[in-house]
Amino acid sequence: MESLLWLIPAFPLAGVAINGLFGRKLGDRVVSVIGPGAVGAAFAMAAASFIALRGLPPAERLLQQTLYSWLPAGEFSASIGFQLDPLSMTMVLVVTGVGFLIHLYSVGYMHGDGGYARYFAYLNLFTFAMLLLVMADNFLLLFVGWEGVGLCSYLLIGYWFEDQAKADAGKKAFIVNRIGDFGFLLGIFLIFWTFGSVAFSDVLPEAATRLTLGGDLAFWICLFLFIGAVGKSAQIPLFVWLPDAMAGPTPVSALIHAATMVTAGVYMVARAHALYEMAPQVLALVAGIGAATALFAATIGIVQNDIKKVLAYSTISQLGYMFLGVGVAAFSAGIFHLVTHAFFKAVLFLGAGSVIHALHGEQDMRTMGGLKPKLPITYWTMLAATLAIAGVPPLAGFVSKDEILWRTWDGGHSVLWVIGFITAGLTAAYMFRLFFLTFHGSFRGTKEQWGHAHESPWTMTVPLVILGALSVVGGWIGLPAALGQPLGGIANRFEGWLAPVFEAGEHAVHEPHAIPPIEYGLMTASVAIATLGILVAYWAYLRSPDLPGRVVARSRGVYTLLYGKYFVDELYDFLIVRPFYALSRFAWRVIDDGLIDGLGVGGTGALVKRGSRIVSRWETGYVQGYAVAFFGGVFAILAYYYLFR
Amino acid sequence: MVGPAHYITLSAVLFTIGVIGVLTRKNAIIVFMAIEIMLNAANLALVTFAMTIGDVAGLIMVLLVIAVAAAEAAVGLAIIVAMFRHRETVNIEAFNVLRG
Repeated sequence: MESLLWLIPAFPLAGVAINGLFGRKLGDRVVSVIGPGAVGAAFAMAAASFIALRGLPPAERLLQQTLYSWLPAGEFSASIGFQLDPLSMTMVLVVTGVGFLIHLYSVGYMHGDGGYARYFAYLNLFTFAMLLLVMADNFLLLFVGWEGVGLCSYLLIGYWFEDQAKADAGKKAFIVNRIGDFGFLLGIFLIFWTFGSVAFSDVLPEAATRLTLGGDLAFWICLFLFIGAVGKSAQIPLFVWLPDAMAGPTPVSALIHAATMVTAGVYMVARAHALYEMAPQVLALVAGIGAATALFAATIGIVQNDIKKVLAYSTISQLGYMFLGVGVAAFSAGIFHLVTHAFFKAVLFLGAGSVIHALHGEQDMRTMGGLKPKLPITYWTMLAATLAIAGVPPLAGFVSKDEILWRTWDGGHSVLWVIGFITAGLTAAYMFRLFFLTFHGSFRGTKEQWGHAHESPWTMTVPLVILGALSVVGGWIGLPAALGQPLGGIANRFEGWLAPVFEAGEHAVHEPHAIPPIEYGLMTASVAIATLGILVAYWAYLRSPDLPGRVVARSRGVYTLLYGKYFVDELYDFLIVRPFYALSRFAWRVIDDGLIDGLGVGGTGALVKRGSRIVSRWETGYVQGYAVAFFGGVFAILAYYYLFR
Repeated sequence: MVGPAHYITLSAVLFTIGVIGVLTRKNAIIVFMAIEIMLNAANLALVTFAMTIGDVAGLIMVLLVIAVAAAEAAVGLAIIVAMFRHRETVNIEAFNVLRG
């Protein structure tokens, strides 16, 4: 098994080669088999690896394969090497499993698009890069995957590049990510400088001995790594690219900008948990930024009208939860939320895609409504996912979100708990707003749209159903002790599975222990606030639909602030983009055109040209003139010879 | 009695005539002839010195110069013919296209 690890990323890479090079010649039917097939094969390999990994005793669950030494340079060396431990395995299963379903969905969604083969080549390339990221056995290879997914994100956001706005959105994502990547790179440099290696097996076990708890070095390493995570996972202050990233095809939003790539930051923090445990200040920062982002994005999401924009802000908000989880050192809870979020957010995006598909590209929820009879499968799967994200027990979102909230409270971060608690209510409210506006009430679009609206083909509904089912039951693999013990001692299998990776950080909860009553109290409270959010959405959008308008009229200022997304984009435009443009203009007009071209290159040229024009007057073209000079010269030499010698 | 000094003087006079001809005349053929005069002035000087010091090397040199002059005459006249065909004139002031 170990010697076959390379096959997992190799399948999607082969898909890239085939679809990218020959896709146009092979035709859409072949592409539709190879694209999803490559990822399906990777999933099969991953499942086989999972079985192999399960067969090992917990403490020895690690599969490794080093392909070759990639960058040997003096004392430094980095290898192309893969490793699967329970954490990587979880990520690989999510990436290939959810990825496969989304590839399948794309077959229906992208049907008839001019760049069909190119689309699948990009999507396979993304899967390859993401697998590289999660399977890497050193920071540098992880960074390669990290950059690879960033590239694919750029390519797929700007997939319809004829549209200037979409091409710009791609550029924005790439540039904003660059800021984070720079921090990540500095972090890697510091790691090498400190540990003399970038391999996980050298760095992570040494962290406790080489770094001092709360020391400067640990602080800077973790801070730089976290800057990378902030960029990739769209947290404050680098979240601005993710809402714009919705310009890409909807399956891309589901795969890259909801389920997998944006969670890479969470994975990276969890992977480097040994470092973070040495820097409690940074962990506090991670938790703080996570909680702040969760609330911040949720408040924006509640007033957006574009169905995908709501989901984008919802994703940012849920990523905030994950960072809150890892920030309070509940690493497995953070990863667990990552997994369940991959399920239900993929359903939400794919369901939204199904709605958009049915309405021929319409994304504005104000022109939707009452679509339930037209799209029954989409309706029911979306309902499951919406209930899941809203935190209704016993669905996936409830289990994972509550685990994070409980760990936050348990860790003594009551302020962060309150923020997360309020966000839970907001989440339920904005998600059910989306749900009611789309599927209930009366249709507000044109008659023509209503007539054309239809359920999607099976390639799109099958992934929806599978992921919808996972949104319901997916949380049960990690049932917290507070729920599992009364139900007959069901252990938190997910936490147990990840325990070998995080054992240093997690307080061991393998044995049955007394459940503090407050945990049930908090759980009831979060269910209550979720119910309240749902009721508010029901009241405002179904019972008295004129209520939102009245509230908006009453609080115009707040509404404008929220609808304008707190004007962060405008702020960045004013503070960074415009000064940068001005600087670039100065560099162009004054330095390049003026100094370099004008004085340097142009000036030298003009000097030589003008000088030659003067000197070239000597060349009159009259042969006799030359002869005069010649004889005059001879005469002068002879005269000198006779007179002075 | 005619001595080497007379020959050398004649040679100098001929050479000067040649130089003045090259520098002042505009007709390419005349300029060409002036060059021939200069060559022959040099030949005369060579012969004179060779006879004076009794060394045949000078005479051989003269034969060489005559041969080269013959070749040069052929090439030079051909050029002048080509020039004439081109411009219908042999006035060398008309040929100044290589000015800077």
